[in-house]
Amino acid sequence: MSRQSTGQLLVHQAGPGLTVQDLGRPGWLAQGLARGGAADRLALAEAEALLGAPGAALEMAAGGGVFSVDRPARIALTGAPMAANADGQRLVWNACHMLAPGVCLTLQPLGVGVYSYLSVGGGLATPTVMGARATHLIAGLGGPIAAGDTLALGDDPGGPVAQVLPDPARFGGGELRFVHGFQSHLFDPEVRATFETTQFLRDARGNRQGVALIAGATRFAAKSGLTILSEPILPGDIQMTGDGVPYVLLAECQTTGGYPRIGTVIPPDLPIVAQAAPGTALRFRRISVEEAVTEMQREATSRAALARQLRPLVRDPSVADLLSHNLISGVWPTAQDGQEDGLPG
Amino acid sequence: MENAQGYPRVATMGVTAMLVTFGDTPQGGANRAARAFRAAVDAAGWNGVEETTVSLTSTMVSFDPLRISHAEIRLQIDRLLAERDWGAVPNTGRRHWRIPAVFGGAAGPQLAEAAALAGTDEAGAIAAFCSAPIEVLTLGFAPGQPYLGMLPDNWDIARQTALTPQVPQGAIVVAVRQLIIFTNPAPTGWRHVGQCGFRTFQPDASPPMALRAGDQVSFLPVSEAELAAHIAADSSGMAGASVEAIP
Repeated sequence: MSRQSTGQLLVHQAGPGLTVQDLGRPGWLAQGLARGGAADRLALAEAEALLGAPGAALEMAAGGGVFSVDRPARIALTGAPMAANADGQRLVWNACHMLAPGVCLTLQPLGVGVYSYLSVGGGLATPTVMGARATHLIAGLGGPIAAGDTLALGDDPGGPVAQVLPDPARFGGGELRFVHGFQSHLFDPEVRATFETTQFLRDARGNRQGVALIAGATRFAAKSGLTILSEPILPGDIQMTGDGVPYVLLAECQTTGGYPRIGTVIPPDLPIVAQAAPGTALRFRRISVEEAVTEMQREATSRAALARQLRPLVRDPSVADLLSHNLISGVWPTAQDGQEDGLPG
Repeated sequence: MENAQGYPRVATMGVTAMLVTFGDTPQGGANRAARAFRAAVDAAGWNGVEETTVSLTSTMVSFDPLRISHAEIRLQIDRLLAERDWGAVPNTGRRHWRIPAVFGGAAGPQLAEAAALAGTDEAGAIAAFCSAPIEVLTLGFAPGQPYLGMLPDNWDIARQTALTPQVPQGAIVVAVRQLIIFTNPAPTGWRHVGQCGFRTFQPDASPPMALRAGDQVSFLPVSEAELAAHIAADSSGMAGASVEAIP
């Protein structure tokens, strides 16, 4: 079968918070534009493993939608799990599937996690602006996707279909490892100690820029009488706002900020912050920079091994054969040839 | 070459960046040093460096700690710092922008209030903003958004405790001896004193961000009608502004 090129993703219904995201725009920080990109970058890495190549995806912030394609397309569903079906047939999450033209793909939030991703083989081919496709809302680059929109599909060289990755466990909050940095000393030792023993809840205030964490009436003020100049900001920084409420900054944070930072969440734990729905319990554990680098190494190794964790989707006997044929017949040549016949179940 | 206050200081920012701070105020060469040091880091092309930027007084070097260790980049930074007095490096590649702007009235509703806090009146404020070129100290908060300074001492006025819910694109605001031209409509704690049509960020333009740190900006006071005419006559985003290289 030949390569699949021209085609479109049609958006029939769209919940709030749908944007096109990739890994963002590095290189513009000095000119006031943060890198941005997917709130949960690990979900894009999972989609890359499932589809065999990276690409821009549709990020859904706790809102789903109804979609279809006008030519056969491989899709991957990653990030916060949603109820997914194709013309009423359930689709497994954290997996890749074949979507036939005209079939309605319906995605509905389950109240677990925050950011879900619909990726397509070849990626979404929306126009690039300043070197990326990522929508950057506060910079005014791109905007939310709405019902009636059509998004161009990239040229798909083919790759895996009907594969699944192990269940990713990062949607229930828990422990965030963080390191001290250049402004941690602006907080008294007692304040820093309390910070590390406090159970926080992800507040309702939160978006792609960052999330507020609350702990009852406990506040974490920096030493008084400080004049703090604005300094550069990076995702993961834990900023203490004027009222002593911590904000963990995410992909679309501003480039500079004048609020004192008690520390920085290590990069491997940022998906946990991004995926913590309001009300999710989170706490902080301080580690050394050396330990943090070791954890980054561990995470890089585990990301590189994602593709080796792919397993063929086991056909659910309760699902009509029709679905399996829709999804699996006409499969393009893949790296895992032979699975068409060898599908278990 | 540390000065008496212990600057420059090098500290970690998270796991993936170092912050080199040259002073506790942008004056006295710290802002210039931050920019010059950033340019030198960029020119050095160290393996593993991902991105550099400046604030008013600091250079940030972000890097991949899996490609260059903290110890190694710290050593490189210390060596480069020791090479010269970074606050004494001459500025190069600067431009002088002349930007028509309206101050006061509906276009700058807090001009009188800000002037009073600075111990002057509206005319005195306009003179302070327009009588001499002001330097682009840094770009930030929003793409291409300049922090201009430093204004005279009496303009060291605090931000408002309450935020103004929204100022428009092109709004000129003042606080802490600096002016900002807003890139996009946004809430702000700074006082809204004026308005221009100049676009600091146009994603499809080349380059998308008009200003660079180190550039000089002179505001040309005009009436609301004159500004409207500039905007109507010029769809390029300049809105009557002009630019020339500073030799």
